Amino acid sequence: MFALDHHDHGTAAPVAGAPVTLQIDGHEVTVPTGTSVMRAAALAGVDVPKLCATDTLKAFGSCRLCLVQIEGRRGYPASCTTLVEAGMKVTTQSPQLHKLRRGVIDLYVSDHPLECEGCPADGHCELQSMAAAVGVTHSSYAPGAVHRPLEVDGSNPYFQFDPQLCIVCSRCVRACDEVQGTFALTVQGRGFASKISASEDQPFMDSECVSCGACVEACPTAALSEKALTRGVPRTQAVTTTCAYCGVGCSFTAEVGGTAEAPEVLRMVPNRDGDANHGHACVKGRFAYGYATHSDRQLKPMIRKSIREPWREVSWDEAIGYAVSEIRRIQAKYGRDAVGGITSSRCTNEETFLVQKLVRAAFGNNNVDTCARVCHSPTGYGLKSTLGESAGTQAFTSVREADVILLIGANPTDGHPVFGSQMKQRLREGAKLIVIDPRAISLVRTPHVAATFHLQLQPGTNVAMLNALAHVVVSEGLTREPYVAERCEAPSYQRWKAFVSEPRNSPEALAEVTGVPAELVRAAARLYATGGNGAIYYGLGVTEHSQGSTAVMALANLAMATGNIGREGVGVNPLRGQNNVQGSCDMGSFPHEFSGYRHVSDPVARALFEQSWGVRLDAEPGLRIPNMFEAALDGTFRALYVQGEDIVQSDPDTNHVTRAMEAMECVIVQDLFLNETAQFAHVFLPGSSFLEKDGTFTNAERRISRVRRVMPPRAGYADWEVTMLLSNALGYPMSYRHASEIMDEIARLTPTFTGVSYEKLDRLGSIQWPCNDAAPEGTPTMHVGHFVRGKGRFFVTEYVATPERVNSRFPLILTTGRILSQYNVGAQTRRTDNVVWHAEDLLEIHPHDAETRGIADGDWVGLASRSGETVLRARVSDRIAPGVVYTTFHFPQTQANVVTTENSDWATNCPEYKVTAVQVVRISQAEAWRTRAAQARYAGRTRDPAHA
Amino acid sequence: MNIDRLVKMANEISEFFAAESAREQAAEDVAGHLRRFWDPRMRRQIIDYLRTEGGAGLSELARHGVERLAAGDPPGA
Ligand code: SF4
Ligand code: SF4
Ligand code: SF4
Ligand code: FES
Repeated sequence: MFALDHHDHGTAAPVAGAPVTLQIDGHEVTVPTGTSVMRAAALAGVDVPKLCATDTLKAFGSCRLCLVQIEGRRGYPASCTTLVEAGMKVTTQSPQLHKLRRGVIDLYVSDHPLECEGCPADGHCELQSMAAAVGVTHSSYAPGAVHRPLEVDGSNPYFQFDPQLCIVCSRCVRACDEVQGTFALTVQGRGFASKISASEDQPFMDSECVSCGACVEACPTAALSEKALTRGVPRTQAVTTTCAYCGVGCSFTAEVGGTAEAPEVLRMVPNRDGDANHGHACVKGRFAYGYATHSDRQLKPMIRKSIREPWREVSWDEAIGYAVSEIRRIQAKYGRDAVGGITSSRCTNEETFLVQKLVRAAFGNNNVDTCARVCHSPTGYGLKSTLGESAGTQAFTSVREADVILLIGANPTDGHPVFGSQMKQRLREGAKLIVIDPRAISLVRTPHVAATFHLQLQPGTNVAMLNALAHVVVSEGLTREPYVAERCEAPSYQRWKAFVSEPRNSPEALAEVTGVPAELVRAAARLYATGGNGAIYYGLGVTEHSQGSTAVMALANLAMATGNIGREGVGVNPLRGQNNVQGSCDMGSFPHEFSGYRHVSDPVARALFEQSWGVRLDAEPGLRIPNMFEAALDGTFRALYVQGEDIVQSDPDTNHVTRAMEAMECVIVQDLFLNETAQFAHVFLPGSSFLEKDGTFTNAERRISRVRRVMPPRAGYADWEVTMLLSNALGYPMSYRHASEIMDEIARLTPTFTGVSYEKLDRLGSIQWPCNDAAPEGTPTMHVGHFVRGKGRFFVTEYVATPERVNSRFPLILTTGRILSQYNVGAQTRRTDNVVWHAEDLLEIHPHDAETRGIADGDWVGLASRSGETVLRARVSDRIAPGVVYTTFHFPQTQANVVTTENSDWATNCPEYKVTAVQVVRISQAEAWRTRAAQARYAGRTRDPAHA
Repeated sequence: MNIDRLVKMANEISEFFAAESAREQAAEDVAGHLRRFWDPRMRRQIIDYLRTEGGAGLSELARHGVERLAAGDPPGA
């Protein structure tokens, strides 16, 4: 069923073609070549009746309802499959057409009687409205065999399939194939006996279905329909907003019902005009929004003097007053630099900007950092050093022009599902894929897609692998010399070339390190360098290493040397984890940088902020998150304001983190839930979900999109208002009346944002920064013509093995990742029905390693590293190589970060989550292990009852 | 702060710049990195560690880098 505010055009817009003018029912209309007659008609305001067409799918031409007459042509062509031609004269209404259409509908309703009352689609069903359009109220056929009784498949928690309502238009099948790329559905049988079936005629939950919901939205009737709609609450309002889960940043229409005082989100429908997602979504964004109204939400502020005391619910005034008195006391006693703050990649740009402003202007230091520290800080450092800007180079749509996709350390079908689907579309069109990953991610082999090369390297050897690839490119003369000569610094290029040419960097020499046969590496390098447009996509499997920044630079080197930056179809593209990682970095969340990545020691930038903010600002960089922990243990850092980030669960080496947290005198946590960090907090300030506030998020392609308030903040304030309360109480006045005023300030102070405003965002839908006088509508592709830094700079990227080594005590390497249905620490997704797909974290272990340890699938295993130990269940799988084990980190019970180490990226201190030496043993007493480990960690503290 | 961690970090930074640049430049790059990214208390501590405790555990380049840093970054700054 379409979104409330959707006007369907029947077929998609073609890729821009020359204009063609034609007439439709006497109206003249001009459209690009390649447009269907149906779409041209819709654009001219004439909706041709249709059932098997919708504008996210390729025209199929099966229902024969959209027939038209074209002057000079015989018969009745289908308008969905007929393309426009100059001078065409099209008639969409005539007695003959009417008769034909009535005949079609008559047949449909013989099997799907128009008994619409009580149906979830009543009033929005396309069959119902087409029948009305052609004046059919019931079938003229004698009652014969109908598809009933057939059982409803309600196995999926979010949607149901009622085969009795199915008209076998195959829109669902095509949505699953073309849009999602999962190929879970088929039409079984022929003629009257034909029916839709999931996988091997299984219930949806047992099939290959990944619950993206594309089929549900494509269905013209209620055959596939959201369960939330079966309650019959009318949808009265449609609000366009942006998903708050991953860095794809899908645009959605939130359909709301209920009363003005108690609005209720009934459905989230991906926005077909959404520039990032083009009408697609995944199971998280489309369905998993129920956490916002979950009963675990802590809606009252709370305080306590010590973390060993129980919480006391208090008024906002008292909570803010207490927090501020503590910050003042601590600064008076230990110095101005003894306090700091952490911004969140989950929060809006405006909120993030305000937290860093609070720290810099009201706390008077630069001790502000963000959770991007632990994921993509190496991206910022690596891309800024080489190319000159701390962001990905392309728009997502650029992948449509890619010929060779080099995917390293990312698992887009799970981590960035909607972009994963876009990538699969391109791969099905014939683009080649190189996967560099220790694990056989789904894209290595999935329906109609197979990687040309899977370089299954040892965790921690990315830089060696990238050097080996570069060696081949240089030594086999595959570089693009004119490009490099024109655009890059010659001395750095010469140094780099000499370095990668050294025999020790050859694939043969490095095969022992990476574990990948040299001939595979050579073939992959040749393909990337010579296969046409080469596009690099990477994720946390690149950044979360002791050489994370080095690897990012190595990727940029490779792209520059082969001329693969500065146009469509190429580039170096970080797949950002959280919805607003890019934004939180852009907004000046790092301790050394103001918004727009200007160093705090830069006198010009500082003067600009000092003048605007009316205070003197510190010219010295502040503490990063891991440094804050160190300084806390040292006694020089005593108070922390954490907005929307669960550092205790998400940061590595939990035992170290908890000791640091315990050492602090005032921790202020602002969050939706009493998270793990709240156990160490003295002040709890209720947060607001993305449905409760206005703002913007910036996705992985630098795209700024609006977040719009759908319901009032459940605890009374949006997050940015709470930061204002703190600031005002501290004596540094902030008086924004709306989030747009914060964006106006960001635009005034940030050269890459000067052209951004809410008015323009409303007008254009979204904007990719830089957006300024030079690019008033934003910048889809960066580094066109020249690099932002002037000349591109190559860096020598010596491979240095991680300090984390296997030995006889810890013989396996643990690496981590995430899965589709859960999101990061899981605080949101665990509080939705998504748990049916993944109710616990599992440890994947190769059959060989499992066998030698006597471990069977499903056994409890103890996982121990030099840092700590935890317990989880084993899944025996050959997706992972022998010697390597893999887990996700979505559940606090797993405490996966208890085992991760203090090792971190040399440049940014981004933790090395992806490589930990471990031992795995089979255990029989899981609870005893877990209790022992937990007791060591939580001795004496008052825990959140929900987690006890 | 835990000086062992600071030493480890300084050494890792040096490992990168050692590969990247000529010796004098490398020391300058190490110092520049510390100046840009380390908060003053961390810089002070590593400088003190080198000056008053001899800087055991620092690699040769890290040591040079910290000396450069100290030259432009007076103690107690
Ligand atoms: S389930 Fe819906 S979309 Fe699929 S064939 Fe039936 S009516 Fe068409
Ligand atoms: S929900 Fe998505 S994956 Fe599942 S059958 Fe429908 S389109 Fe396919
Ligand atoms: S792909 Fe990401 S942004 Fe899009 S719906 Fe899924 S979680 Fe949300
Ligand atoms: S809409 Fe054109 S044939 Fe069905």
